[in-house]
Amino acid sequence: MLSDTILSDTALSAIWLTVRLATVTTLLLFLIGTPIAWWLARTRCWLKAPVGAMVALPLVLPPTVIGFYLLVVMGPQGPIGQLTQALGLGVLPFTFWGLVVGSVLYSMPFVVQPLQNAFDAIGERPLEAAATLRAGPWDTFFSVVLPLARPGFITAGILGFAHTVGEFGVVLMIGGNIPDKTRVVSVQIYDHVEALEYAQAHWLSAGMLAFSFVVLLLLYLFNPNGRRR
Amino acid sequence: MSVAGTIRARFRVAHPGFALDVDLQLPGRGVSALFGASGSGKTTCLRAIAGLEHAPGGYLSVNGEVWQDDSRGVFLPTHQRPLGYVFQEASLFPHLSIRRNLEYGMRRVPAAARRVSLDQAVELLGIAPLLDRMPDRLSGGEKQRVAIARALATSPRILLMDEPLAALDLKRKNEILPYLERLHGELDIPVLYVSHAPDEVARLADHLVVLEQGRALASGPLGETLARLDLPIRLGEDAGVVLEGEIAEIDADWHLARVAFAGGSLWVRDSSVPVGQHVRVRILARDVSIAQDAHTDSSILNILPACVEQLADDTHPALALVRLNAGGAPLVARITRRSAARLQLHPGQAVWAQIKAVALVG
Repeated sequence: MLSDTILSDTALSAIWLTVRLATVTTLLLFLIGTPIAWWLARTRCWLKAPVGAMVALPLVLPPTVIGFYLLVVMGPQGPIGQLTQALGLGVLPFTFWGLVVGSVLYSMPFVVQPLQNAFDAIGERPLEAAATLRAGPWDTFFSVVLPLARPGFITAGILGFAHTVGEFGVVLMIGGNIPDKTRVVSVQIYDHVEALEYAQAHWLSAGMLAFSFVVLLLLYLFNPNGRRR
Repeated sequence: MSVAGTIRARFRVAHPGFALDVDLQLPGRGVSALFGASGSGKTTCLRAIAGLEHAPGGYLSVNGEVWQDDSRGVFLPTHQRPLGYVFQEASLFPHLSIRRNLEYGMRRVPAAARRVSLDQAVELLGIAPLLDRMPDRLSGGEKQRVAIARALATSPRILLMDEPLAALDLKRKNEILPYLERLHGELDIPVLYVSHAPDEVARLADHLVVLEQGRALASGPLGETLARLDLPIRLGEDAGVVLEGEIAEIDADWHLARVAFAGGSLWVRDSSVPVGQHVRVRILARDVSIAQDAHTDSSILNILPACVEQLADDTHPALALVRLNAGGAPLVARITRRSAARLQLHPGQAVWAQIKAVALVG
């Protein structure tokens, strides 16, 4: 009975789905967040403040608000929904990729801000030195900026991953509660509590607690002096 | 417009509170010093030459190659300019070992264009023992030597140095200056050297550009430029000239060395510089007096025959500056106007220059 509660198929599939979602989201956030953070760190354009504010919005908005608007724009009548349908992809809400889109937006500030801080801290001089040593902009980015910003990437990766694992409101709004597709650990816990299955809820919750602690511990070990929110 | 063997730089930059407006023609060899107080525009000028700053409407050619000509839409980005740049702080890459720092630029230069080998750069700057260390384990002076070697290893057509010694204390500075003199002697790479330190300029420069508030007050060979009376050029606190010569003999009994230069010889204190060594001496105007006869009854050791070339007022109304020509070498003497009147000094007059103090500067 005990092993059943720990390793039940529903729990396992919720954990596996959560890990997949967080991994895909984190990888996508590196791809999307790095250029945004680089631009925010370097630009003197007036758009810097509005774009920075947009990226930071999920920090203050209730997740249900983000989820609601995503549901509207990605739904069959929404502009993105129309686009995905025209491309033959169907509609995104209540699918794994719908969750990915929501998670990317929701976790964006947790990746962009550490990266932006890391890029800011590098300053102008190493880039100028690289230019006088014949390195073009891309070359400089990969040979100087990436290695120097490594602590920022570690922080960003850990925070982005962990924050995606912990999301609930956005998932519930745009993902619903579909086993193997959108039922992540946080939703599963909610289900258990609703069904008064406190033992199962305990195992998953304790697991999340341990996971979160380990993640933050890693973060502080990697970056003992780094700034973080 | 572009002449082989010269560097032509024309820039106009206007920032609020600061303007740079220069049109320089510099020799394509030797060390040209850009000298001036902070805020005079010398660093901006150097950064514009490197392409780190884009001065719109500018023109720059280096030994026949046009790097910037905005009237024709030419502007090479910094990484496409075959230059070396040494910043005031060494700016080594902290994540790379000294060896990898040195290789960083060299690897990005096509093999066919490499003329300075890594070993040569390492040997010139004396950094062989440091190669496997990380930059944070080095002293300020060592870092700066690595930075210079790193720039040289790219086989630059021109080496730009922005106050490379300003962040170092006197001891470190004296540790690096001999290496800079070696560069000067052993490599045929023109150097543009930005500095506000008179001693560095006196030691290293062949050509002097004096900048003040974004404008070039003077530009010419070091000796001639320092001997100009029409410009308020002071290397440091006092007017004076720099002469080049070599150690011709050493008088061990009296601990003196004789420096032979174009216009004769000067005795200086022996500081263990070997015979035959190329040296520079600095003679301040206040240490030169003028006599109509060669006095042998004076304590002054260095008395040279000279010809009066020009007289000019000095900053104080009691004083005058006199430019002398000692067998081709320019000297400047500061005397009182009363003495000038009493001696009836006039251009063309033959006199004796009595030189009370001569400083060996390197």
